[in-house]
Formats: sequence, C-alpha cells, structure tokens
Amino acid sequence: MAVKDRLTGNEAVAYAVKQVNPDVFAAFPITPSTDVPMIFSSYLANGEVTSEFVLAESEHSAMSACIGAACSGARTLTATSACGLALMWELLYVASGMRLPIMMPVINRAFSAPLNINCDHSDSMGARDTGWIQLYAENNQEAYDNYFIGMRIGEHKDVLLPVMSCQDGFITSHGLENIDLIEDDKVKKFIGNYSNEVSLINPKHPVSMGPYDIPFYYMEHKYQQVQAVKNAKKVIPGIFKEFGELTGRKYSWFEEYKMEDAERAIIILNSSAGTAKAVVDQLRAKGEKVGLIKIRVYRPFPMEEIAAALSKVKAVAVMDKADSFSNCGGPVYTDVRHACYDLGENRPKIINFIYGLGGRDVQMDNIAHVYEELKKTMAGSGGELYRYLGLRE
Amino acid sequence: MLTINASGELAKNTWRELDPAGAICEGGTAAQVNTGDWRINIPAWIADKCTHCMLCVPTCPDSSIPVKGGKRQDFDFMHCKGCGVCIKVCPLKAMTIAKEDK
Repeated sequence: MAVKDRLTGNEAVAYAVKQVNPDVFAAFPITPSTDVPMIFSSYLANGEVTSEFVLAESEHSAMSACIGAACSGARTLTATSACGLALMWELLYVASGMRLPIMMPVINRAFSAPLNINCDHSDSMGARDTGWIQLYAENNQEAYDNYFIGMRIGEHKDVLLPVMSCQDGFITSHGLENIDLIEDDKVKKFIGNYSNEVSLINPKHPVSMGPYDIPFYYMEHKYQQVQAVKNAKKVIPGIFKEFGELTGRKYSWFEEYKMEDAERAIIILNSSAGTAKAVVDQLRAKGEKVGLIKIRVYRPFPMEEIAAALSKVKAVAVMDKADSFSNCGGPVYTDVRHACYDLGENRPKIINFIYGLGGRDVQMDNIAHVYEELKKTMAGSGGELYRYLGLRE
Repeated sequence: MLTINASGELAKNTWRELDPAGAICEGGTAAQVNTGDWRINIPAWIADKCTHCMLCVPTCPDSSIPVKGGKRQDFDFMHCKGCGVCIKVCPLKAMTIAKEDK
C-alpha cells in the first residue's frame, strides 16, 4: 500500500531523491529551493542515503560538478531557483549538449530586477530552449511523481537528456499537502539501474567527452540532440503509462479538465491550475461551456496534441507566468498559437494573459475575469491579444 | 569512432554514424591527426652534433621527438609545431630552426 503523508513540495522532492539514493547531489542553496538539498543533507547525516553530497561554492560550480559526475555515469542531481538557474546558464547547454541525464528540481521564482524572491516562471521559461526536458507540477503530489517520471525520460537510452522538474516556489514548495508516497521497492523497480555506455571511468573503453567540435561535424552533433528530443516525444507516453500502472495516477502531456464540449478554455501551468479548475467548476455549475488544459510536459512541446485538443474550442486564453519581452506575448502563448496555425478554419481565437509575476496572488476572481474576457474574444470584439491580468492601470 | 580516413581527410559521417555529443570513444587519436601543418617555423636536427643526451625529448610539448633504442630520431613532423623549445635546451646546438617554406 502507498504511504499517506503530508509534505511540502520541497519535502516531497527531497523524499523522492532519498528514495532514488542518487550517486551525486551537488548544490548551492537559493530560496525557495534550499529545502531540497537541506532536507537531503539530513537524510545523508542519518545514513539513509549513500550519495556523494557536494557543497559547491556557486550554482555554476554545482552544475559543473553535476556534469563531471554525470560524465562518469553517475546518477546526478542539483536543485535551484531563479538567479541560481541563471548562474548555471552556460552549463545548462553543456549538460544537454553532452547528453547527460542530470535531474534538476527547479523551484520557480522571479528574476531580479526589481529584486523579488516569490514565484513566477521567468527562470525555467528562460531556460526553455536550453535543450532540457521540462516537466511542470500543479501540486506536491505531481512534483513528487514528476521526479521519477523525469528520471525515466532523461535516462532512456534513446533520449539521454537532462530534466528540469518544475514547481511553484513557496506556493507548492512550502505549502503542506496530503500526498501518496510510493513504496521504496516500487520506486527502485520503476527507476531501475542506470548505466551509460559512454563513461569517463571505464578503463576498458577510454573516451574523451566534450572535445572541440569543428564546423564540419557540429551540426550533425546538434542534430543528434534534436533527435534525442524527438525520441523523448516517442517514449514519454509509455513512461506515463507504466507510472499509471504502478500508482494509479494517470498522466499525459497535459491534463484536460472539462474540455469535452468546452467553447472557452484556459491553458495554464503549475499551481494556478488548481485555482482555475475551481473556477471552471463554478462556471460549469452555471451551465457555461468552459474548460482548462494544464501542460505537464513543456519540453518537448506537445504541439500536435495541443492543436488537437483545441480544435473544437472557440476561444483560448494562454496564461503565462513569465513575459518574454518580445512584445508579442509570453513563451507558452507563442508555442500554443504556433501549434494551432495549421488548424485552419478550426483554429480558435487565442489571447494571452501574463499573470502572477513576482508572486502576485492569482485568485478565483482573476481567473473568472479571464473566462469573461473570452466571451468577448469569442464574439470577435476581444481587444488586445496580449494583456496583463490584475494590473493596476 | 575516428573521423579521419586513411588519406587524412575528414570522413563524411552522417549524424547517425557519429559518436554521441562529439565524444571520442577511443584513446590516443591525436596521433592520427596531422597538426604539423600549424607550423610556421621548422626545426632541423643535426645528427652529427647530437650525443643523445635526451634533454630535448621531455621538453617537447607535443611528444614530437621519437626515441628508438635509446637514441633520439628525427622529428615527428606530423605533430611538431616548431615552437623551438628543444633548441633552447640543447647544450650542443644540435638543432636549428628556420621559417618553413610551404
């Protein structure tokens, strides 16, 4: 039987890491992700894990240590937030380019300036093009589950890519929730053993990893990385299925909430999906045809699946908890709108709301306002395509 | 996998054939790459003056002074960069260096 417990999102992730008992955990503390290595260090002190724990002097060093460890074939992770992720930037590309399945819980937090430690998605959204797999979690349960699922995706022999497992800073990372924990033996069975054929410490097969690549070969090697992402798209459904059989929790690229006959829909990631679902319930009770899509896998982006899910919807609001400063909407908006282009006549009208920046609370009234605005969009009198939710004007 | 064919040309491997992420999955492959063409100056060994004292051999940053049966041989010009360090350490002036004609 699964173990019932109550844990914060960070505790849940740290507990997942304990169950994995990784070879190497290298980290530098940063709010609000600090709990993850801190709690893990207690497990280490109590002898509950046998990992090598590296206290790095910066996030740049933490990710460098992870890359070195992963090159030796070690199961490796770090955890970070915001500026910590920013300081890793150079190495994010090294990790994905070298095809190292490093795990990284990202506890989403706003970037400075202005200085802010609260939740938005600027950090991981900025890193959406670094070649990492990205998973997003609505609640503590999903943050916990995504850790194992992420490992299986990243370590798959046809993928071998690093994985960010994202959840909302403070909102879920420090919020206490009931959770179903998977038994240790089931976790061990699900994640299996990991061995990378290419390893720096295999004396029988000497290898140089990360050497200079001349223009004559660089594009072929980058295409291999593209192929790895394509392969991830192929293997992810099977991993979700296996996880569902193990735990009864059925996941997919995204969750469709009351989308069957929905005319108006919201697309959203992470914790605000919970708030938005409550609004959907209220509006449905009034007979309004509204629904919600919560994206779980953002990289690779489930383009065809999103397009299919929106093909019968009339108006969509894509919710972005980060702006891209492109003057044409946030990152999720750009991807979703792009996905819908080929729908032709079935293409819904799609608007964008930037919401919850720097920890701005998003309440049911705010989400209800979005569905109300979608009525106007549906009627063709929608106003600006790209707006700020709850902005004082 | 080596990406240099027998005639010293880059092999036109497809992305499917190349080792992942540009890793070089065998040892000592630098020996097979002609880096001697980076040279601007070229050293010359004067065998008559040489006493095979071996001072030059370990100073060569590119291991381009081969030794056989306790005797140094002529330069390995496939890898010698013409840096001239060997000439500085030779007590007998048994080597010279000059601009290489190409």
